[in-house]
Amino acid sequence: MNLYEFQSKQIFAKHGIPIPKGELAQTPEEAEEIAARLGGRVVVKAQVLAGGRGKAGGIRLAETPAEARAAAEAILGMQIKGLTVRRVLVDQAADIAQELYLGIVLDRAGRRLVLMASAAGGVDIEEVAAAAPEKIARAEIDPLLGLQPYQMRQVACDIELDRALLTQFTRIGLGLYEALMRSDATLAEINPLAVTAGGELLALDGKMVVDDNGLYRQPELARAREMLEESPAEREARQYGLSYVKLDGYIGCMVNGAGLAMATMDMTKLFGGAPANFLDIGGGARADRVAAALRIILADPNVRAVLINIFGGITRCDEVARGILEAFAQVPSKVPVVVRLIGTNEEEGRRLLAEANFITARTLSEAARRAVEAAQAGTAAPAV
Amino acid sequence: MSILLDNRSRVVVQGITGREGSFHTLQMVEYGTQVVAGVTPGKGGEWLEGIPIFDTVAAAVEATGADTSAIFVPAPYAADAIMEAAAAGIQLIVCITEGIPALDMLKVVAFVRSRGARLIGPNCPGLITPGQAKVGIMPGHIHRPGPVGVVSRSGTLTYEVVYSLTQRGIGQSTAVGIGGDMIIGSSFVDILELFERDPYTDIVVMIGEIGGNEEEIAAEYVAGHMTKPVVAFIAGLTAPEGKRMGHAGAIIAGRSGGAKEKIARLKEAGVRVAEHPEQIADIVAGML
Repeated sequence: MNLYEFQSKQIFAKHGIPIPKGELAQTPEEAEEIAARLGGRVVVKAQVLAGGRGKAGGIRLAETPAEARAAAEAILGMQIKGLTVRRVLVDQAADIAQELYLGIVLDRAGRRLVLMASAAGGVDIEEVAAAAPEKIARAEIDPLLGLQPYQMRQVACDIELDRALLTQFTRIGLGLYEALMRSDATLAEINPLAVTAGGELLALDGKMVVDDNGLYRQPELARAREMLEESPAEREARQYGLSYVKLDGYIGCMVNGAGLAMATMDMTKLFGGAPANFLDIGGGARADRVAAALRIILADPNVRAVLINIFGGITRCDEVARGILEAFAQVPSKVPVVVRLIGTNEEEGRRLLAEANFITARTLSEAARRAVEAAQAGTAAPAV
Repeated sequence: MSILLDNRSRVVVQGITGREGSFHTLQMVEYGTQVVAGVTPGKGGEWLEGIPIFDTVAAAVEATGADTSAIFVPAPYAADAIMEAAAAGIQLIVCITEGIPALDMLKVVAFVRSRGARLIGPNCPGLITPGQAKVGIMPGHIHRPGPVGVVSRSGTLTYEVVYSLTQRGIGQSTAVGIGGDMIIGSSFVDILELFERDPYTDIVVMIGEIGGNEEEIAAEYVAGHMTKPVVAFIAGLTAPEGKRMGHAGAIIAGRSGGAKEKIARLKEAGVRVAEHPEQIADIVAGML
């Protein structure tokens, strides 16, 4: 789960990292009031979970409260990478002398966290890593010891940080590590970490990615999830314990197992189609969960055919078949459905579906091919 | 005939009295696995179908000589269960549980390594040496003994591939599911090394997916160190950036973890990469 800038910065502040004074606004009037309260120059920033906000015009400077209002008016409702801006953060503008980068990322292959810093901040760190890797200093964090102050001092020297900032920088790094650990985050990033004209360090922007597996012990962050811009379909899927991701294609996919679900999506492309979604019904799904999955898929107006691929192990094919029938009883649909069931109780599952006149397939490639054909023909409705 | 697991392995099941734990224990026994003990804190002294239950892994090891553990305990307690197994001297720890926080796993992996134990998973189907033993949740009957080693980050996708191999009469030496999480105990390279050394494995099938860069590291290893042919499939060519595809570890983050890059690296390393899962069996059949 990605956190918004304002959420990340609030967590940073709790761990002693200096952030600009600022507040969240949902209307231009609120933005004006906040700007008046803060006094002086402010920056109005779109709160969306997408990079490139500045380039898209989602970040604007305002000299007066009236300008802040105008900026908020322009930004609220704007689309950035397909996401609608519903909130802006109004921050006191800083006098920036230099922009640094400071982040802690999960090194999956190394099975450890790595702290990274660079004097080339304010830009996409992946671009820096690709173009000038020597500009990034790293410190590997021992999982059993945690980040140590000496590592921060070493990194500060490596990026040739002004010695006067050494203590502040070390404190901010240790704070960032604490913020990450206490939030079950797999990424915590300050970019830019500004050096102000007054010689202070200030976290102007923040990004955190929280591990979904840690949410059970992060009740505050789990509540913050409600602020996410989830589609109704994604929300319903989550409530049923389904993994669902909407895509741009037209073949709805329902599969058990994440790897097989991805392979099934890829297969529709290989046969000239395009997947409408990723959907994993998980292990041992019962009929009601299967029915919910199918309802979600069929609610997508782009879907022109549905491809159901089940490899029964813990999941029983007859349960899946019952769920399919239940869904079509609730929401009659003319969208053609191709079903491939294999494994536990496959005969019973096939028998249940045969009566309902679905298109059946023996192999994954046959199923994908027939789903693409059905979608492109746009006919062959199941007689339910 | 195998790596890591055979019919002499002595298995203790942690979380044996839970719904999943008890069901799969009986499935493992039915397949021929020597399940010698179970552990559920507070239920020491009880039995499950003739299998003695202990309060701690240490007691189970002392009484039964267990050397392999299968973990089915719920996510909030699973990291602790892995460490308990490593501390008790278990050599092979197989963690089926899904949902363990990544930051916990960093500490757990460091501890397990310090004890000289090997961890498979978490969030994996386990491993099976066909005809001998299985430790995990895969359907045993789709496998058959033979010369193909299988290593995968996925569950049902592996069953799909194994099934199509078996359908063509091609058996497997051992099939290992290394898990779909961000932080897992054993990498592709760890398992490829074992298959390279195993005299009963002739060909290795590797099933990867988007997220992380373990497939790229495996490609380097294959190019530099493997004499046996490797056939691969990578799932997720159609997955978008920044969205988690079910598995906690299946996410393309910025420039890292895309399927195209992994496929390119593997091909450069001389690995045959299948376009779809069923094609793997075709390629393997052509090599035998």
